[in-house]
Amino acid sequence: MKKRVVVTGMGVVAPNAVGLANFEDAIRKGESGIRFEEELERLKFSCQIAGKPQISEEKIAKYFTPLQLRGLNSSGIVYGVIAGTDAWNDAGLKIEENEQPDWDSGVIFGTGILGVDKFREAIHLIDAGKTRRLGSTSVMQTMASGISAYLGGILGCGNQVTTNSSACTTGTEALLMGFERIVSGKAKRMLVGSCSDHGPYVWGGFDAMRILPSKYNKNPSEASRPMSASAAGFVPGSGAGALVLEDYESAKARGAKIYCEVLGGATNSGGQRGGGSMTAANSEAVIRCIKDAIQFSGISAEEIDLINGHLTATTRDALEIENWKKALKNDDFPYINSLKGMTGHCLAASGSIECVASVLQIDKNFIFGNTNCEDLNPEISALISEEKVPRKTLEKPINILAKASFGFGDVNAVAIFKKIQD
Amino acid sequence: MKEKEILDSLKKIVTPYVQRKEGLENFNEETDFIKDLEVNSANLVDVILDVEDEFDIEIDNDSMSGMLTVGDAKNIIERKLASA
Repeated sequence: MKKRVVVTGMGVVAPNAVGLANFEDAIRKGESGIRFEEELERLKFSCQIAGKPQISEEKIAKYFTPLQLRGLNSSGIVYGVIAGTDAWNDAGLKIEENEQPDWDSGVIFGTGILGVDKFREAIHLIDAGKTRRLGSTSVMQTMASGISAYLGGILGCGNQVTTNSSACTTGTEALLMGFERIVSGKAKRMLVGSCSDHGPYVWGGFDAMRILPSKYNKNPSEASRPMSASAAGFVPGSGAGALVLEDYESAKARGAKIYCEVLGGATNSGGQRGGGSMTAANSEAVIRCIKDAIQFSGISAEEIDLINGHLTATTRDALEIENWKKALKNDDFPYINSLKGMTGHCLAASGSIECVASVLQIDKNFIFGNTNCEDLNPEISALISEEKVPRKTLEKPINILAKASFGFGDVNAVAIFKKIQD
Repeated sequence: MKEKEILDSLKKIVTPYVQRKEGLENFNEETDFIKDLEVNSANLVDVILDVEDEFDIEIDNDSMSGMLTVGDAKNIIERKLASA
C-alpha cells in the first residue's frame, strides 16, 4: 500500500516574523515585513525596499557552534539552519551525537543562489592575489548544497541529503521531492524546505529587469500588492521555511503531533513554448500542473477550500486566477490568498515559507487576509466573486488546501494538503 | 540628429531581439515592439540599455513604461537628447 505522508514539524524565518508562533500571529494580523533598506538607496536601486528577517546575533549563536560562526557570511545558511533546526525540534526529534547517523532521515533543502556575500568576499581576496586568505569555509558557504550539508550535519541525517533549485518553485518542489521519497519507502522522514539569501547582489538583477516597484520607497508596507489593481511589481524578499515530512505510521508510532497530511502534487514545465518564456509561464502548463496535482491526490476540484497562490503582485496575477479557474472548472471558486502582501517575494524561499503558512491555516482553522488588496484588480473580480479574496482574516476550518509556486524557466509546482483524518 | 537617423539606429538596435522578422520589413513609428516585432517583454530592458549606450542618454523607469512603439522610443530619445 502507498505510504501516507504527514507534516510533523515546521520552522520559519520570514521577513515579518521568525518562529512558528510569531509567524502565525503576524499572518493573522497582516503584519508587513517590508522595510526601507538604506543600502539599496546608497547603491541607487530603483526599488529601495525589501523583506529581510530580523534576527539578533544572540539568536544566531544558539544555532551555530562558535567555530561555525567564525567567518559565517551566508544569510541563506543562517536562515535555513534556523528554520530547519526549529522544524526538527518542533517535530519532537532529538539531535543526537551518535556514532551512526539516522539512516531513515534525509534532507531536501533548496536554494536559488547561496552565500552571495561570502562569494563577494572571496572574489575581492582572489582579485587581490590573496586566495590563501579565503580560509576553509568559502566552499561550503557558497556551494548550492551548502544549506543541506549544514543541516544534514547538524541533525545527523543518513538518508538522501541534497539541494534542489528551480527558481521561485524551489520550496514547493523540495516538499514534493521529499514526499515522493517517503511514498516510495526510501525514507521515513525528510526535512524539506528552502532558503534565499538577502541583499543587493541577489536583488540587483531583478531591479535591472525593472520588475520591482519603485514608487513605494517612502511607504514600504504598502508596496507588495498581490491581486490589487495597483500592483506594481514584486518586492524582493529573503528567508527560509522548513517542514518535517514523515511516514504516517512512523509519526503515529512515536506519538508525534501531526499538522496535516500531504496528499501529493505535481511539478512540470511549460517548455518555454506556447506563450511561456524564460520569465513568463505557459498557461497550459500551469493548468495541467493544477489538474495533475488534483488527480494524483485523489480528490476532486470541488473539495479544495483554499488556494494559496503564487501571486507575486505583478500584472500577471489576474492570469494566474484565470488559470486556476480553467483548471478547477467549478462554479464555486475556493478562497484564495497570497502571503506576498506581507513578506514580499522571498524568491527560492517563497515556496517553503508559504507551505508553512498553508499548513498553519489548516492546523489552526483560519484563512489569513490578503493585505494591500483593498482595490481588487477588476480583471480578477470579473473572474471570481470578491468575497473569495478575503481582505480580513477569517476563522474557518480548511479541509483541503492547494499551494502553487511558479518560477523563471517556466517551471511549476502544486502541492495539496489535507486536514488529518485517522 | 535627424528623425531618420534615429529610426535607423533603433532598427539596428532592436533587430537581434526580434522574434518576428516580417515585422522589420515595415519598420515605422507605429511598429509595436511586442505586438509587431514579438520582442520578449523581459528583453525590453536590454533594448533600453543598448539605446542608452548608442545615444549616451539615460532612460528612467517612467519613460520606459511609456515606450510601446518605435515612435514612443524616438520621442523619448529626442526629448533626452534635447535636454542633455
